[in-house]
Amino acid sequence: MSKRARALFLGLLSPAILSLFAGGASAEDAGWNLNMPRGVTEVSQAAYDIHMIMIWVCTVIGVLVFGFMFYIMFAHRKSRGVTAANFHENLTVEILWTIVPALILIVMAVPATTALLKVYDTENPDIDIKVTGYQWKWQYEYIGEGVKFMSELRTSQDEQYGRAPKGEHYLREVTQPLVIPANKKVRFLITGNDVIHSWWVPDFAVKRDAIPGLFTAAWAKTDQTGVYVGACTELCGKDHSRMPVVVEVKEEAEYDAWLAGKKEEAVIYQSTIGKEWTNDELMAKGEAVYAVSCAGCHQSAGQGIPGVFPALVGSSIVTGPVEGHIGILINGVAGSAMQSFADQLSEVDIAAVIHYKRNSWGNDMGDMVQPVDVLNYKQNQ
Amino acid sequence: MAHGPSENFFSRWLFSTNHKDIGTLYLWFSFAMFLLGGAFAMVIRAELFQPGMQLIKPEFFNQMTTMHGLVMVFGAIMPAFVGLANWMIPMMIGAPDMALPRMNNLSFWILPFAFAILVSTLFMEGGGPNFGWTFYAPLSTTYAPDTVNYFIFGVHIMGASSIMGSINIIATVMNMRAPGMTYMKMPLFVWTWVITAFLLVAVMPVLAGAVTMMLMDINFGTSFFDAAGGGDPVLFQHVFWFFGHPEVYIIILPAFGVVSQIIPTFSRKPLFGYSSMVYATASIAFLSFIVWAHHMFTVGMPIAGELYFMYATMLIAVPTGVKVFNWVTTMYKGALTFETPMLFSIAFVILFTFGGFTGMMLSIAAADTQYHDTYFVVAHFHYVMVAGAVFSGTAAVYYWLPKWCGRMYDETMGKLQFWIAFIAFNITFMPQHFLGLAGMPRRYSDYGLQFADWNMVSSIGAFMYGGAQLLFLYNVIRTIGWGKPIDDPQVWEGAEGLEWTLPTPAPFHTFSTPPIVK
Amino acid sequence: MNNSITHRSVVIKSLFGVVVMFMFAIFVLPPLYDLFCEITGIGGKTGDVYTATEITVDTSREVEVQFIATNNATMPWDFYPVEHKVMVHPGESKEIVFYARNRTGADMVGQAIPNVLPNNAADYFLKTECFCFNNQPLAAGEEADLAVVFIIDPDLPASVNTVTLSYTIFDITDRVPMQVSQVQ
Repeated sequence: MSKRARALFLGLLSPAILSLFAGGASAEDAGWNLNMPRGVTEVSQAAYDIHMIMIWVCTVIGVLVFGFMFYIMFAHRKSRGVTAANFHENLTVEILWTIVPALILIVMAVPATTALLKVYDTENPDIDIKVTGYQWKWQYEYIGEGVKFMSELRTSQDEQYGRAPKGEHYLREVTQPLVIPANKKVRFLITGNDVIHSWWVPDFAVKRDAIPGLFTAAWAKTDQTGVYVGACTELCGKDHSRMPVVVEVKEEAEYDAWLAGKKEEAVIYQSTIGKEWTNDELMAKGEAVYAVSCAGCHQSAGQGIPGVFPALVGSSIVTGPVEGHIGILINGVAGSAMQSFADQLSEVDIAAVIHYKRNSWGNDMGDMVQPVDVLNYKQNQ
Repeated sequence: MAHGPSENFFSRWLFSTNHKDIGTLYLWFSFAMFLLGGAFAMVIRAELFQPGMQLIKPEFFNQMTTMHGLVMVFGAIMPAFVGLANWMIPMMIGAPDMALPRMNNLSFWILPFAFAILVSTLFMEGGGPNFGWTFYAPLSTTYAPDTVNYFIFGVHIMGASSIMGSINIIATVMNMRAPGMTYMKMPLFVWTWVITAFLLVAVMPVLAGAVTMMLMDINFGTSFFDAAGGGDPVLFQHVFWFFGHPEVYIIILPAFGVVSQIIPTFSRKPLFGYSSMVYATASIAFLSFIVWAHHMFTVGMPIAGELYFMYATMLIAVPTGVKVFNWVTTMYKGALTFETPMLFSIAFVILFTFGGFTGMMLSIAAADTQYHDTYFVVAHFHYVMVAGAVFSGTAAVYYWLPKWCGRMYDETMGKLQFWIAFIAFNITFMPQHFLGLAGMPRRYSDYGLQFADWNMVSSIGAFMYGGAQLLFLYNVIRTIGWGKPIDDPQVWEGAEGLEWTLPTPAPFHTFSTPPIVK
Repeated sequence: MNNSITHRSVVIKSLFGVVVMFMFAIFVLPPLYDLFCEITGIGGKTGDVYTATEITVDTSREVEVQFIATNNATMPWDFYPVEHKVMVHPGESKEIVFYARNRTGADMVGQAIPNVLPNNAADYFLKTECFCFNNQPLAAGEEADLAVVFIIDPDLPASVNTVTLSYTIFDITDRVPMQVSQVQ
């Protein structure tokens, strides 16, 4: 009997033990992470602190209440020959255990309120960045700087479907990370393009829903340079788990150089549009663009998913006139996952990927699509 | 009319107006749905066993998470408690049957159709609902698969079923109590169910309204939830959670009732603080209407709104605490034995409270920024939904099954099921807290390598937990078919209440002449 | 028999409650929410025309006003603010211009939805003229300068130094016939 009692006791106590464990362990161990990261901003540290306060308050209450309960389960067992008492109320006790928890809550409301005020302190930013959620990627725009780019998952379909070994940064790598300077207050203006997404960087404790037609604001300021990985946290369709957020915090000078480089890139790019591209150049570039921007839906060999995403092999658009094919990439298809790529991909990328699609997987159009065709289409459609 | 059930199988079950038969139908239906929703969960956990996509495609994964949620909430848990209410409420208040027996039949028999429609969408072109059980617009409107109309139809039927069931319970309790059975003498299970029924009548129409607005946006060009036409997607979330938060209490309040019946029985001592239990239940129900936006702390509400919803949510801890203290004190100085129903009830108290603790953590808006929509939330609500509602439902079946069928279940098998379920449950869901805190969002079909270890542990636990349910099915069938016959009306030594004055097994018609309650 | 009458009364009362709650969800919650937004300034839904009354210009204070443009979904227009920010004194009336061009070969109708950040500034951002009050038809290839005239209310909370005005432009070509009947 007493052996069974001990087993029962330990079994029932395990959640409490584990919660203690959760409170005390360090968060560094990669695979067996137990706790929230403390993060690198004032807000994330405030969130962490209130989280730990709550854990300890709950642990103490839990240990007291369940300690008492386990004592009862041990001491007041029928098998020990006890007879049941018959009381069923006690006003003093009942009032006491209504008021005491209420008081504890009032005390806890104080740090909870101060932490929340920090979250909302979005005034006087040094830099404003617009974050737009797309199915299934993020667009970052440095307001007033003329710099804007897409940040998409870089992990290949082969890695995702087990046809290639998974890299170290599986599902945590993007084509271009968001870059922000250290020691500057950065304000994020977050919105959505199609459905609701949610932009989360755990180390900044920034999580705000990206809602189409609506803007929400959040902020971060940190002195710790490094790369911080986050995620989309609002269900947004099939690739919800494939649109990571990667933020790189650089020293201010490095950031300035990076931003200047970005602006220069745009200028250099203009000169490549007019250039005549060769078949090999277009195919190589097109394959790379396809893997990042198209394969998620249309699949790696253009076979699509029946009933959901159309196949490109033998498709009437892909094997039809070039203008129609350019048109669908520029304008998208309203109300579907097929977006307008006019602002997401450059003219070179669009030309290359169209050329690639028209000349791969048995599609054999043999025609050439040049960036300048795309540019002309955009200007004259 | 003291005749027995119809001899013909079809006319007995299809046209039944007997509260016990309809209760049985509800219970078997909900168990079938529980296994179906569980099968969906197994698919989810199998895919998440390792990083990478091994078994299914991401779009099917989303259909699985959606259907798992919908089937478990609306198909398994809610009908299970309606089934218990059908069986027990008339027997507990000394009534011959439910107040509206024909409506009772209808409210059950439309349910299988609702779920047939819902599940059939999985086989249609474009697939089933893939927008989560919370179906936020515009993912569920502009961007939804065409089958969304079937989903909306299904939700309407389920809503109608729940509303009819609730009206029946309200009418039964208000009008059919035995002489002397005053409100403050009703067993707590009856009390929690009446309050639940009022909640259902109040909020199921709001859900119906939400899906109706969706239907109009999709098919008739209105723009309730479409910013382009002057609507707002966030409005959907407000309407949904205005239904959704009371809904979670609709699920848990009857579970409180069950546990409040079982703990006194096996403590051989009356329930401590009966009236404070009633008031606590009522205040939880009231609070459920004014805290909904705590599910939306990240939509960018003004700070005043966020503070209000945070404070209001924290308040729920007070009446919930009262209930837990009452249960513990009921056990204090009792003469405890630990049969299967008692084990499940004690596990309920502990694990539900654990889920309550994480709930309090979630109420703190600044910390919720980190928890929101991660596996921490998934772990939290499975602690209250599974260890709460499902454990108490299981306890209820073991507790009342001997009374229903006049045969005793096998105690060893019952305890075996309990220990497997208890351990497997914690292996499944405890690691999900860690996953969420470490940064894994919910509804993810694939994840980074840093989450691989805990996901594998969680999946192993889930398969074990699934196995424990098959053991439960086996135990129930074995009891009904081959269990040791008993005829003691009391069944349990410490059981009190009108239902235990009836013969065992409970005859087809009971309390044709009402008992007098002193 | 007595019972069945009381049952009926419970059923009727409950069904009445059900109908009331259904109506509440469809007809009361949406306007209530709009009102809530208007009071708290969520989504900058203060969008009605402001008719200018005498406001004294507060030259002692300068507020930065930023402009952002976003295309929703597949909206294939060029759409951006000509200047990305201006400095204004509270009380001073200011006109700014957003450029829009319909890149496609089809006539289209757009609708711009305004937003003001921070939320508590929305009440103090007064638009006397705005292209967002109406839908915006553009013929194929047509371009337009869309004007907004606004005044920052001098009562703007002192903590607010930067106000961000953003427009998200939606393609409403398909819903225009519907739109006509919905214009408030």
